[in-house]
Order: sequence, then C-alpha cells, then structure tokens
Amino acid sequence: MRPSRVPMIVTWSVIAFFYIPIVILVANSFNSSRFGGSWESTSLKWYIRLMGETDIWNALTNTLIIATIATLAAMILGTSAAFALHRFAGSRLQKLHYSVIYTPLVLPEILMGLSMLLFFVELKVQLGLVTITIAHITFCVSYVAMTVLGRLQDFDFTIIEASQDLGAGWWTTFWRVLLPMLAPGILAGGLLAFTLSIDDFVISFFVAGPGSTTLPIKIYSMIKYGAPPLINALSTILLVVTFLAVTISHYLTHRGRQTA
Amino acid sequence: MMKAANRIRIFEWLVTLPSFAWLLILFIIPALLVFAITFKPSTPFGGIGEGWTLDTLRTLSNPNYPTIIWRTIWLSMATTALCILLATPMGYYMARISPARRSLVLLLVILPFWTSFLVRIFAWKVLLHPEGMLKQLLVFIGLCAPDTSLLYNAGAVLLVMVYTELPFAILPIYAASEKFDFRLIEAAKDLGASSFRAFRSVFLPGIRMGLLTAFLMVFIPSLGSYVIPDIVGGPTSEMVGNKIAQRTFVDRNLPHAAGLSALLTLTVLVPMVVIISLRRTGAVDRALVEEGV
Repeated sequence: MRPSRVPMIVTWSVIAFFYIPIVILVANSFNSSRFGGSWESTSLKWYIRLMGETDIWNALTNTLIIATIATLAAMILGTSAAFALHRFAGSRLQKLHYSVIYTPLVLPEILMGLSMLLFFVELKVQLGLVTITIAHITFCVSYVAMTVLGRLQDFDFTIIEASQDLGAGWWTTFWRVLLPMLAPGILAGGLLAFTLSIDDFVISFFVAGPGSTTLPIKIYSMIKYGAPPLINALSTILLVVTFLAVTISHYLTHRGRQTA
Repeated sequence: MMKAANRIRIFEWLVTLPSFAWLLILFIIPALLVFAITFKPSTPFGGIGEGWTLDTLRTLSNPNYPTIIWRTIWLSMATTALCILLATPMGYYMARISPARRSLVLLLVILPFWTSFLVRIFAWKVLLHPEGMLKQLLVFIGLCAPDTSLLYNAGAVLLVMVYTELPFAILPIYAASEKFDFRLIEAAKDLGASSFRAFRSVFLPGIRMGLLTAFLMVFIPSLGSYVIPDIVGGPTSEMVGNKIAQRTFVDRNLPHAAGLSALLTLTVLVPMVVIISLRRTGAVDRALVEEGV
C-alpha cells in the first residue's frame, strides 16, 4: 500500500500559511503607497522616515536595557532552581518548587500582568521601567529553569563526585566543573529569556507607568492609532534580525549535536 | 551522620530559596491578591479602597458576561481543535522524513514562533484589511462581496489565534511522534488494517501524551487572549481578556478587573487539573508497560 500523501500536503500548506502574511508585510514595506492595496513604486521612504522617529529608538533602548537585566537575573535564579529541582528531585520541597516554576509557563499572560499590577498598586510602588524589569525576571525564571533542567537530565553527576574525590571543594567544583558543563544550557535558556523579554507586550503593558515605553508597547500604539507603512518597515527590520539569529543558532546547535 | 544530613538539607534550601522566594512574592502572592481585591471597593481615582464589599460580585452577574465567557470558551476550544487537527499529520510527517529535511521543516516551524507576536498579528491585519491583498483577491474571484469585512469579527480572531498558537501544538506532537515506533503501524497493516485505521488506532494512542501537552499549551493561553481580539476583532468578538483590559485601562476599576481575572483563573484551573491528573495516570500506565506488566 502506498503511504498517504495527506500528512505531507498538510505540512507544506501550514508552512505556506505561516509565511504568506510575513512575505506580504515585508513586500509592502518597500511600497511607497500608504495602503498596501496597490503598488505605487518601490522605495525606501518608510525606512528613511523611521530613522527620524526618536520615540521608537528610545523605546528600543528601554527594551534592550530591560531584557539584559531580566535575562541575567533569570539566568542566575533559573540555574539555581534547575539545580535544586534535579539534585533533590522527589523531596516535598522540590515538588512544591516545581509547581511554582511550572505554572507561570501555562498561565495566560494577562493574569500575571494584572496580578502584578494589583501587587504594585497595593504596595504603592511607582510604575515604570523598574516594575517592568521585575515582572520580566518573574516570567523568565521559569523558562531558564526548564531549559537548564532539560540539560541536567543528561548530566553525569559522577563527574562532581570525581572532582570532590580529587580534592576540589564545592566552590572549585562549581566554577571549574559544573558551570562550564552547564554553560550551553544556561546560554540557551538565557537566549530564550532575552527573546521573550524583548517581545513581551501584555505583561509590560499592565505594569508600565506613564512614559515608560518599551518597543512592543510602542508598536502596539502604532498599530492601534497610527502609521501602517512605518510599522511595515520596523517589522521587516525585526524579522530580518530574528530570522538571522534563529537560523544561525539552529544550525549551530544542530552541527554541535552531529559532532557530539 | 545527623550533621551531614542537616548540611545537605541546608544546602537544598540555599539553592531553592532564591527562585522559590522570588516566585512566592511576585507570582503566588499577587495571584492570591487578585481574589482578595475582588472583595474591595474601588476609589474614584482608580485605586483600591478600604474595607470589604460584594459590589464587584453583583456587577459580575451583568447579563453581558455569560455571553463573553461562553465566546471565550468556544473560541479557545475551536482554536485548540484546529491546531491539533493540523499539527497531528505534521508530527507524523516530520517524524518520518530524512533528518536533513526534518531539520529544515523544524526550523520553518520554529521561526515564526521566535518572531514578534505583535508583528505577526499586524501582518494579518494588513492582509485582511479592506484595501489589503486578500480582500481584493476574494472580491476578484467573486468569493466575497465588496462590502463584506474580513476584519473585526470572530472568524478573523479564530484565524489569527490558530496562526499564533499552531507552533505550540506542533512541537509537543512532533516530539511524541519522533519517539513513536513506526513498526507498529507496519504491523497493524500486515494484520489487515487500512492506513487510516492504523493511524487512528495505533498512532493516535501512541502519541497521546503529546496530544495532551498540545491541548494544555494551546487551550489555556487561548482562554486569556486579549491582544488578538483587540487588534483584529470587533465588539461582537470580545473575550474575557478584553474586558479585563477595559476595566484596568479605560474605566480604571481595579476590583472589577480583579473579579474578572479571578473568574478566568478558575476557568483555567479546571482543564489544568484534569490534564495533570490524566498525565499522572498516563505516567503510571507507561511505568507499568516498561515494567512488563
């Protein structure tokens, strides 16, 4: 019996479905017409106008500062969490710890956003870039912890014992053995946290104060009240950057696995 | 001996405490606060007042809410069903192709997941726009009248929700399919089953953990959708998330927003508890199989 062609057709149709809107968006960013309906002429005028939008560049700066701080903090908290979850797996404390780490991953963002807003309002904390950073650390910890935990599953703990048998103290073992071996997992978790932080709109929008604008908040207000061609140009730049980054890291990890 | 055990215990707390305390203070306490603030009065300046009241509970019985809650549930159900329907054959296909081609398909599936969420929604707004390409194409073929709107309705919300949630269904189903032993399908066919019968009675039960994870990963976040109905939906396709945002940003009635969030949290907890208990029994099943029972 010949294998069915249905799975193949579905797969490639879905991939086409994924990319058609993106391709049209990119194409439109080079269209000098204000609405994408008709092609007037190919131009870079929206890109040139984008250069003059200082609001966007300020928002981008805020986003990058928040993402950097949140990623570094989440890498520390998440790695220690993953280590605890793996090393002491099965203890009552770790079962509780695991559910506290796991729940933020599935809970709708809006619930996390509103609950943190209420928390900051109750404590009379001034809303702004600091509250956004705290919120980002909170949701990034779980992603880093899960990524590092995945790597720990294949980790051979006898190496730690060997290091201690050879006379290394905990501190030396941590810096010279454990950390270098976990580095790829921690970096992968950090990369995920950084991307999610840069992209986060819902949680940031809830805990942002007046004047503290991140790039997604700026893009949202542009979509709601503003200039479509400028968003096309901005989106294209973002798409090119992420496509390059993801493709490179995909093939790097893929090659790493083949040689390993 | 006692001392060593104590030292290990202290060490466990030392590595657990940073993340545990952080999430306790910034995730668990705020989540409980949502329930408490539901019973607080609002102040005219958009703050939270003193004392306790049942005002919010009374306004939640507003006849508009059951409609919106029902719409939230059916849109999320439909999104989940469509995502799993499309992702299952994809998982099957991806598990059976050559590693080089599989790596390419995986990359093509992951790429949109890494790109900006708002940009992807905006791309659909452009495409469905009255002056956009899709609308003009459909009018040209004669599939839609020039005055029908493709945007601002429940159909557009469903389409874009499926678009953004699909990778979350594809990845767990693919992961389960990759571990599936395809010789079982050959065996079923040798025993006289048709391709479809083998797919339904052997493949689907074989990847049920992946299907459950896909359900969880798509259905629960869908219930909290807010940006998609806000951008491509209209007044007739509002979901609970939109109401929470309106109460927070437009009316600035935080206790009311808290009440709606508490309701949404309870709605989310039901499928979560069901899935987690199903998984437990599933894990037990697998353990029994591995033990050879």
